[in-house]
Amino acid sequence: MKPVRSVEGRAIPFGQKNVDTDVIIAAEWLKTISRDGLGKGAFESVRAKEGNVFDDPEYAGASILIAGDNFGCGSSREHAAWALDDMGIKAIIAPSFSDIFSSNAFKNGLLAIPLPQEAVDRLMEVAKTDPISIDMESMSVTTPFQDRFTFEMDPFRHQCLMDGLDEIDLTMSKSDAIEAHEARVDSAHAWHKPAIA
Amino acid sequence: MTEAKTLYEKIWDAHVVDQRDDGTALIYIDRHLVHEVTSPQAFEGLRKAGRKVRRPDLTLAVPDHNLPTTPRVDANGTKIPIADPQSAAQLEALEANAPAFGIKYIGASDKEQGIVHVIGPEQGFTLPGTTLVCGDSHTAAHGALGALAFGIGTSEVEHVLATQTLQLSRSKSMEIRVEGLLGPGISPKDLILHIIGVIGAAGGTGHVVEYRGEVFEKMSIEGRLTVSNMSIEAGARAGLIAPDETSFAYLKGRPMAPKGADWDAAVAYWKSLRTDDGAVFDKTVTIDAADVAPTVTWGTSPEDVLPVTGQVPAPESFADPSKQDAARKSLDYMGLSAGQPLTDVSVENIFIGSCTNSRIEDLRAAAKVLEGRKKADGVKWAIVVPGSGLVKAQAEAEGLDAIFKASGFEWREPGCSACLGMNPDKVPSGERCASTSNRNFVGRQGPGARTHLMSPAMAAAAAVAGKLTDVRELIG
Repeated sequence: MKPVRSVEGRAIPFGQKNVDTDVIIAAEWLKTISRDGLGKGAFESVRAKEGNVFDDPEYAGASILIAGDNFGCGSSREHAAWALDDMGIKAIIAPSFSDIFSSNAFKNGLLAIPLPQEAVDRLMEVAKTDPISIDMESMSVTTPFQDRFTFEMDPFRHQCLMDGLDEIDLTMSKSDAIEAHEARVDSAHAWHKPAIA
Repeated sequence: MTEAKTLYEKIWDAHVVDQRDDGTALIYIDRHLVHEVTSPQAFEGLRKAGRKVRRPDLTLAVPDHNLPTTPRVDANGTKIPIADPQSAAQLEALEANAPAFGIKYIGASDKEQGIVHVIGPEQGFTLPGTTLVCGDSHTAAHGALGALAFGIGTSEVEHVLATQTLQLSRSKSMEIRVEGLLGPGISPKDLILHIIGVIGAAGGTGHVVEYRGEVFEKMSIEGRLTVSNMSIEAGARAGLIAPDETSFAYLKGRPMAPKGADWDAAVAYWKSLRTDDGAVFDKTVTIDAADVAPTVTWGTSPEDVLPVTGQVPAPESFADPSKQDAARKSLDYMGLSAGQPLTDVSVENIFIGSCTNSRIEDLRAAAKVLEGRKKADGVKWAIVVPGSGLVKAQAEAEGLDAIFKASGFEWREPGCSACLGMNPDKVPSGERCASTSNRNFVGRQGPGARTHLMSPAMAAAAAVAGKLTDVRELIG
């Protein structure tokens, strides 16, 4: 994973609440065996309507998406994170995210930034005319108008994003602890392994 | 005296491999279910990095999402090719990846094939007190047997394949306590839809829910699976129901469950898996079972529920302005108007199936309503999709398939089917479907499809009436 220290740019003021992963990328697009090229299927049902924010030239090239509560709810499909990444989005700002989506976003270096509704409302206004900046070092979101909102992030995820760490490598460095756990379970719970024929 | 713990804390603590100072922990994963849609990129990642699957013996692969539910072999036993080249390629990828990495694979035409969340419990792969994951959000279902089970993304699938662990932060705990018992004609599906309506689609975010109360103690495992399955629709990471004699009786003799002395040792351990008296939940929600009616959804979020006797709500009736806006969009999409009685809403499609409601008890409940009746003329498409080959065989042995066919239903091969608009089973744009699945999102059953979620008995009643109907009027 590449380190992610900051994201700056225009933001799409989408604002909708309970944006589910079927809306982000419909199941028809999940037949792929690749991670790439899903951007063209992103928000298909929203983009089918004229005057939608995603096709507004004002927001062409935007790197941030602003949404309402419970962003990314529903299906566990990581294709949602891949689709956002493929359409050039580097960060999503919302009052809350589903647990699985925020994990999927993190694994792809996509920032899921939780901010209170009032801050999100203010950023929705700013986004219409001006860029927004996210700084990971100070964990803050700022605007050209002196707005400054700080956010929280799981410390482990913050460190991985800042340093661009590969999580599987990190875990593999704990292989002694994993083996010790397996040995413990084998002796305490002999019944534990599934009888797969 | 030791500290009183919740069931969730007990399972979590038993699986900590490495505790970090920042509060996150490396958690051991005991069981991993793999299907064709969320795994190809994970296997590709392993291949690129030259990694193996650490514990193929704890991993089970089966195709379900993409498979057409039409016959898979012809009269001569020859495989019928899948028309969609992308679906075919994805299924072939799993068929090749599983043996290449030493993983047991249940094939599309094997009699044990079925939806991952149906076959896990059915095979005894799912056990109390284990941690179980799958690249699918409805993995929450397995919590019905007291397993800590949750859905993961593809990067996490790769992480589990490579290391048999996940790096996680502990969730908060939520108790959903249901007081009293369900009334006649009210099913576990009605209960969980009602619960989601009370706590909201994000009400469980960041939490693992434990369902408690007499209603769950008296509920069958299949009913518990329906309830726990939809925990994710309230945003919860996982659902849990403490294992008890009903769970042990269900699991005993299942092919992959422990046998002999191992069985006795397992049961002795499983009996310790209960929330201790005095343990504290971060949040408790109390529900009165007497408030639960046959329930249907009217909107495009699973929180949009009402008793079938109700009327479509007016957007202005919601206090939250963003909910008002969402309700307006939902009504527009669903083609409904405020004040319309739900029992006036006609349906053209009926889907009985999905990981929520495709088990034998679900099919029996639907067949009981359909016996001696026919689907209404206005119902163009009605299908029953058993959750697994074994469920299908059991239903046929009981003559349920004959009842469904006589009522005008198609009897299909096992799979995810019309739950998700991925395989050929889709609801046409602008048409309605009375569906026993779990999500009524925009476009979920196909672009423009309008979904009303309900129980199997209610879907059967809708088929007979041609509109949403209170099943209690049919079963009297």
